[in-house]
Amino acid sequence: MRKSRLARHIRLGIKTLMLHKLRSFLTVLGVVFGVGSVIAMLSVGEGASKEALEQIRKLGSNNIILRAVKPTEDEEMGSKRSFMSMYGLRYDDEQRIRETMPAVKRTVPVKSVRKEAWLNERSMELRVMGVTPDWFELLQRQVLAGRILNWRDVETRSSVCLLTEQGARKLLATEATIGQPIRIGPDIYEVIGIVQAERVGGSIQAPDEDVDTYIPIQVARERYGDMTTHQTSGSFEREWVELHMILVEVTDDSQVEPTAAAIEAMLKRFHPKLDYRVNVPLALRRQAQATKRMMNWVLGSIGGISLLVGGIGIMNIMLASVTERTREIGIRRAIGAKRRQIVGQFLIETVVLSSLGGVIGVGLGVGLPFLITHFANMPTVVPMYGIVLSVAISVGIGILFGLYPAVRAANLDPIEALRHE
Amino acid sequence: MTRSLPAPVAAAAATKPAGQDLPLPTPGGPRPLVKLEAVEKVYQMGATEVRALDGISLDIMPGAFWAIMGPSGSGKSTLLNLLGCLDRPTAGQYVLNGQNVGQMDDDALSELRLRELGFVFQSFNLIPQLTVRENIELPLFYLGWDAHVSAARAAELAERVGLKDRLTHRPTQLSGGQQQRVAIARALVNDPPVLLADEPTGNLDTATGEQIMALLGELNASGKTIIMVTHESDIAAHARFRLHLRDGRIDRVEGR
Ligand SMILES: Nc1ncnc2c1ncn2[C@@H]1O[C@H](COP(=O)(O)OP(=O)(O)OP(=O)(O)O)[C@@H](O)[C@H]1O
Ligand SMILES: [Mg+2]
Repeated sequence: MRKSRLARHIRLGIKTLMLHKLRSFLTVLGVVFGVGSVIAMLSVGEGASKEALEQIRKLGSNNIILRAVKPTEDEEMGSKRSFMSMYGLRYDDEQRIRETMPAVKRTVPVKSVRKEAWLNERSMELRVMGVTPDWFELLQRQVLAGRILNWRDVETRSSVCLLTEQGARKLLATEATIGQPIRIGPDIYEVIGIVQAERVGGSIQAPDEDVDTYIPIQVARERYGDMTTHQTSGSFEREWVELHMILVEVTDDSQVEPTAAAIEAMLKRFHPKLDYRVNVPLALRRQAQATKRMMNWVLGSIGGISLLVGGIGIMNIMLASVTERTREIGIRRAIGAKRRQIVGQFLIETVVLSSLGGVIGVGLGVGLPFLITHFANMPTVVPMYGIVLSVAISVGIGILFGLYPAVRAANLDPIEALRHE
Repeated sequence: MTRSLPAPVAAAAATKPAGQDLPLPTPGGPRPLVKLEAVEKVYQMGATEVRALDGISLDIMPGAFWAIMGPSGSGKSTLLNLLGCLDRPTAGQYVLNGQNVGQMDDDALSELRLRELGFVFQSFNLIPQLTVRENIELPLFYLGWDAHVSAARAAELAERVGLKDRLTHRPTQLSGGQQQRVAIARALVNDPPVLLADEPTGNLDTATGEQIMALLGELNASGKTIIMVTHESDIAAHARFRLHLRDGRIDRVEGR
């Protein structure tokens, strides 16, 4: 019986609200935009941070990535009028890190050179990466066909290579994939596998690219050496780089940051030119999470303010409604309605308004991120907690902002209320 | 759910100005439904006090029909609001159907209004957004009656006041006389022992007013206790007792 009475109260509330359709609609609109903007804002924030976290995850959270960086102003080169710049990570850096740092589990030395690759008449420029088998494990790249490198390939200096999915599609086209010989520079390699590569955009650069080919590090070292020559605007430029990259894996993610600091300190001693950079995906992740938290607060608050405005709109309308319906309140009180029943009647009206606004607002809040993704090409993720939160808040706003008008209605003196015109 | 109506009892206690002895109720006889003892209502208006009711003692027996008369400002409405539990006396005692109203809180007063009293107003006071049936049902809604039962009960009452075919109309679609009939049906729907009316014919023409009075007369004949405020003597003539107020005191009581 209580249930059916509540249902009747709600029906009565809806009926009363329907008497002023435009007014009720405009009141609801305030909550609709409030809830809609809360959800849309949270979705944009969630989408951006999810993308960032996903990128970082692909770099491996137990990894430290060291890269060779060409110093911007090479005074040495200018003064000596030398045409060769020498910079970057060295073989002994890798050895020192591996042998002196207890938290370091594995390291992958990487040499990279750009070469033209050929198959029949097709050719494309590839980045040839000399790596060890650990490369694929540290980055957790999926093998799509064939196999990855093994230590025998490295020791026996086999002429084998792996292609990335995109590289394979472009170069091999319709040819058989595994076992296919291709020419890279002057040498012939056998394709032993296809792996996935991650193209990571934004501020964080991935160690791999989509047109990489992977060969054993020993092969790269012997065939291509440490010196590369390339032509820039008519003059030849020569570079001497031993290692372009070193991937470092530590035993535990709590060791990532201290080890990175130790590596940095060590490298500083041997590289006064600071021709290296240390990337710590974990630190980036922590930073991304902090950014996300702040972004959620900022965006959520903006949405929250519009919800508040919606709530004030409801309160305003309900106060007007109480004044307008003073006589009705008097009649109900004379008939025998208790104060709390009057409070209930008005609260139900505001909660009906605000929760209707909440439900429509969820529709808007789910639809808007879809449009943002579609037209602005921004990643969005509608968070479930955002939906639940904003619907709960909109019902709460109905109660909060409806309570004062409702209590005011209930506290009217019935005799005065009956006399009201 | 309908209460058995008490047999019409043409009895009323004699009333005397405050300070005199009150007549004792006959032992074993019918007890008064409404009992006022030296009731005062004083409004404090800054430094001056307005004694709207100044020592009213009155017994109203079940089944009686009373008219309260008097010049403007004599305290008629104040007395009716008190009787209707919309207000509490500042001094004296009011016992309604065995319950002492003086000490009650707001919820208890609401409960009394809901169960013991029916109101009919000069300006009908129907709720405009509700249909005739919903207006009649209102007390049952607050009593928590089942929707189907109360709908049937409302239809029964509408038939009794001659508005069987107007159940789905809005108050604004009815004439004044019809609206007052709806108000009477609403006042009677939960069968309260006392019906209070404040100038029930005040907004109606003479012919319609007579019809409403005939309806009230019928109700009284079937046992309902009625207390009505009016300043028209032809309307008051329908009542069995006429109480004349002057300056918040009982001037005289006429009755058959
Ligand atoms: N809320 C109030 N505050 C102060 N004084 C009041 C209040 N209500 C009534 N009074 C005073 O009490 C006295 C009685 O008023 P009441 O309304 O009962 O008169 P009435 O007999 O109903 O008059 P009428 O025939 O004009 O309706 C008047 O002097 C009035 O001014
Ligand atoms: Mg009056």
